[in-house]
Order: sequence, then structure tokens, then C-alpha cells
Amino acid sequence: MSDASIDVKAETRLDLLVNFWKHFRTNKGAVIGLYFFIGLILVAVFAPLIAPHSPIEQYRDAFKAPPVWMEGGSWKFILGTDAVGRDILSRIIFGSRYSLFVGVVVVSIALSVGIFLGLLAGTFRGWVDTIIMRIMDVILAFPSLLLALVLVAILGPTLVNAMIAIAIVQQPYYVRLTRASVISEMSREYVMAARVSGVRTPRLMFKTVLPNCMAPLIVQAALSFSTAILDAAALGFLGVGAQPPTPEWGTMLAESREFILNAPWIMAFPGFAILITVVAINLIGDGLRDALDPKLKRS
Amino acid sequence: MSGDTILEARNLVREYHTKEGMFGKPVVTRALKGISFSLERGKTLAVVGESGCGKSTLARILTLIDPATEGELLIEGEPIDIRKDRLTRELRRKVQIVFQNPYGSLNPRQKVGDVLTEPLKLNTDMNEQQRRDFAMDMLVKVGLGPEHYNRYPHMFSGGQRQRIAIARALVLKPKLLILDEPVSALDLSVQAQILNLLADLQEEFNLTYLFISHDLSVVRYIADKVMVMYFGEVVEYGTRDAVFENPQHDYTKTLFNATPRADVEHIKARLAAAHS
Repeated sequence: MSDASIDVKAETRLDLLVNFWKHFRTNKGAVIGLYFFIGLILVAVFAPLIAPHSPIEQYRDAFKAPPVWMEGGSWKFILGTDAVGRDILSRIIFGSRYSLFVGVVVVSIALSVGIFLGLLAGTFRGWVDTIIMRIMDVILAFPSLLLALVLVAILGPTLVNAMIAIAIVQQPYYVRLTRASVISEMSREYVMAARVSGVRTPRLMFKTVLPNCMAPLIVQAALSFSTAILDAAALGFLGVGAQPPTPEWGTMLAESREFILNAPWIMAFPGFAILITVVAINLIGDGLRDALDPKLKRS
Repeated sequence: MSGDTILEARNLVREYHTKEGMFGKPVVTRALKGISFSLERGKTLAVVGESGCGKSTLARILTLIDPATEGELLIEGEPIDIRKDRLTRELRRKVQIVFQNPYGSLNPRQKVGDVLTEPLKLNTDMNEQQRRDFAMDMLVKVGLGPEHYNRYPHMFSGGQRQRIAIARALVLKPKLLILDEPVSALDLSVQAQILNLLADLQEEFNLTYLFISHDLSVVRYIADKVMVMYFGEVVEYGTRDAVFENPQHDYTKTLFNATPRADVEHIKARLAAAHS
């Protein structure tokens, strides 16, 4: 008896996953994005093994060395060196760690706090709802980067503070999304059935309603992962994010902007790294949305 | 056995207070305008009425989800007021409900086994093994099998889902079961199966039913007493035969006349009326 039941359980979980993959796979762009993202994670994890040089070591004999395919380039520095003789490829490889770190931390903070506030607002309505949503409206009323800039200026310019600031700026989207889903789920009959069978409000919020609201939140998390990386790079560029000599992509851009005319590769490669990463994650997000949204499913 | 009254409602009133916008005037909607009735153990009371007449509001009050604005509610002779007292487990177990839409009343992320054991976990002191065995027994009693225990609701048909919903309501061994149009979302052959199942379960567990419906043929089949509601008021209340044979109120007469009838006499009469 118990053996049979375990089999059934495994089958349904697997079915869900297989079904999801079937829908996700039809979107070629999303699959390419996913492969790139997995590659990026591997690069970040094994950065010390892959990178040819230390990201902060200065080679005094090779300032602004061009990349290998340009005249004067050498295989020692494949993407060239920057103004103080550091290997750009190594810095970009190590920089992927910071970008992924920023994305993960910002999304986790924004998602967990956003879900909690959204659940409170959607469940209790009334004055709780009014207070939470008006605060979120105030945050939304400011241009996001400007608000992040002000917050970092208050907290002090470090990467951690930049992440906190970006998380706060992204908060309202999660709160609104959760609240809207919760309100629509709360009116369903299974919620009333749960109440009649004695489910109290906290359990109702987290165990009954929340799992049914997750699909749009997963999509939002994937999409705001790239926004977080972009915002962190922007703050780094403005000099209030990660501080030199940290090999963060935005900070690298900022350091090299005065050489854009005579050594453009110093600025180009970190820029490309940001661009490709953000595009890849956005593609994954689009694919997730198509695969998770039942209205768009064609089966 | 007239003294064995399981549910008594005295002058129940329910008002909804809403506002038109943030600064609008408060609007009071009276959904129930003083409802009184009583229900004996083991009997079935059918509540009939059109949409918006307060049937579902009544169901919400009787299942102790919403409080009544005024009036008294007595379950097994005990007055209950959820505005003042916290609901106890024992009280929670006495009244359960089965909903109209079997597609909306089961949580899509919850396995059938969890649907059935969750009420037990929250309201009884059974351990996990006991809960599991009890839920399995209940699945068999409503005509499903133990092999359905680990499946998700989307794998079942409408009739099977309604059986699951009935099993969920019955695991707590309630005294009173509110049936909020339990068969109106099902097709006719399945309706008959579910109604027979309900009749069997009523006998087995000595259940009392409050059956909300708009389908008079179903009401005639299952009810002992009938209550007709119209705009939040009871306009007719009596035994099934009395109400069906000799309706008193105009609304009840209109309601009965609106029921399609297929006997030859009736068709002839209608055709004669149409040609004259």
C-alpha cells in the first residue's frame, strides 16, 4: 500500500516538471538564455581556476595593452589590460561573482519581504492594506535609480548598502503582485472550505493561499534579477556601489570612461558582459512566463 | 422526538456595510431580514430561492464563518455567538459544508490525502497513522478508492471531486451538513449518484442536512421540510408535501409554475392556452 502511494507521488511531481520543461523548451531564446546563465554560474563558481591572472594584480610593463586580435596584443592578456595594468578578462570573470551575488541577494530580500507584506495587505485588507500600499506608492513615485542613489548616499557607498537600496526600490512590485493574487485567491471557495475545516489565518495565508500565487512571483523574480544587476552596475558606475579595486562590472566601466577614445576595449568588455547577462536573464524570464501562465499554454 | 432539535435560528439578521468610494456615504444592505427556523436531527431542510435572496449569506452564518448582525443561533441547544466567543474545536466539528462548484472548492496544490487529513490534524488529537487510516476509510465510504489518496484534484472528474468534498466535510463527523447547491454543477446522471450517496450517508451517520438549491425536482426528492426565501425573508416554511401541494405565497406559486413539466396533461394545457 505505502509503496504504491509513494510511486504515485513521485510520478505527479515528475509530471509537473516534465510538463513545465516541455513548454519552456519551445521558446528557443529562453533555452539559449538558460544555457548562458548556467555557464555564467559555472564561471563564477570556478573563477579562481579559470581566470588567467589575479583580478587585482597590476602588471607595470603592460598598461592599456590591447586585446589579442589587435595590433600589439598578446596571448598573455586575451582581452587586454586596463589603465593600471590589470587583466580585463580575469576581472570580468571575477566580476560575474559580484553580479550573481547582487542578483541573488536583492531578489531574495525583495521577494521574501514583498511576499510577506503583500500577504498581510491582501489578507487583512482595511487599514493594514491602506498603510502598506500607500507606503509602496510613495516608493514607486520616485524614479527608482534616484531613490537608490539617495538611499546609498545615506547608508554609505558599499556594495552591501547598494544591494539593500536596490531591494527597497524593487519592493513595491512584489507587494503589489502578491496582494493582487492573494485577493483573487481569497474569494475562491477552497479558501472558505479551509476556514470551515478550522484553518486559522496564518496557516491560511502561508500554506493554503501562497502556493497558488507563486507563478507570477517566480516570473517577476527572474525579470528583476536582471534589473538588480543593471542597477548595481549603474550605482557602481556612479561611484556609490562597489568601490575600486573590486572587479565589479559597473565600477570597471566607471574607472575606464576617460580612456574611451584611446583604449576603448577597457570600457567595451565589461559593458558587453552586463549586456549579455541581462539579455540572457530577460530571455529566461520571458520563457518562464510563457511556461507558467496557464492562459498562454497551448496544449 | 420533537425535542431533538439540532439547529435553531431565531430572527437572524445580516447587514453588509459598504461605502461608495473613500468619502462616499455608507450604504447598508440587508441580506437577511429576520430568519427563523429549526431543524431536527436526521432530517433534511431544503432552502429554495432565486439568486441574491440570501441563501449563501445564510450558509456563511450557519457554518460560523460570518457572524449574524442580530438574532440568535442555537446548535444543539447551545447559543453561539462568534462575535464574542472564540470558536472551539468541538463547535467547529459540528457544522461542515459542501460547496456548489467542485472545481473551485478544492485547493489545486493540495493532494486528496492532505485535503482529508488537514481538518483532522487541526481539530482532533489523532496521530498521523490514525488520520491516514481514517481518511482512507472515508474515501471508500464516498465511493472512491485508497489509490486516489495521493492524487491531485485536477486528476478527477466533477462528480469525483464532489465526492472528495463530501468526504472532507464528513471526516470531522459533523452533526449538521450544509449543502450549498451540491449537485447543480454536475450533469444529470452524476447528480443522481451524488444524491443517492448523500441519502446513504445521512442514514449511516445520522446526519442532518440543510440543502440549498434552486432545483425543485431535487428538492422534492431529498427534502423533509422546505423553506422558500425571497429577498432575505422566509415567505414559505413547512413540510415538503404541504409546500408542494398547497403553496401559500405568490412567489412560491410563480416558482412552481416556472418549473418545466413534461407530463402530457401539462403540455396539452399549455398548447390549448397558446392557441386560444
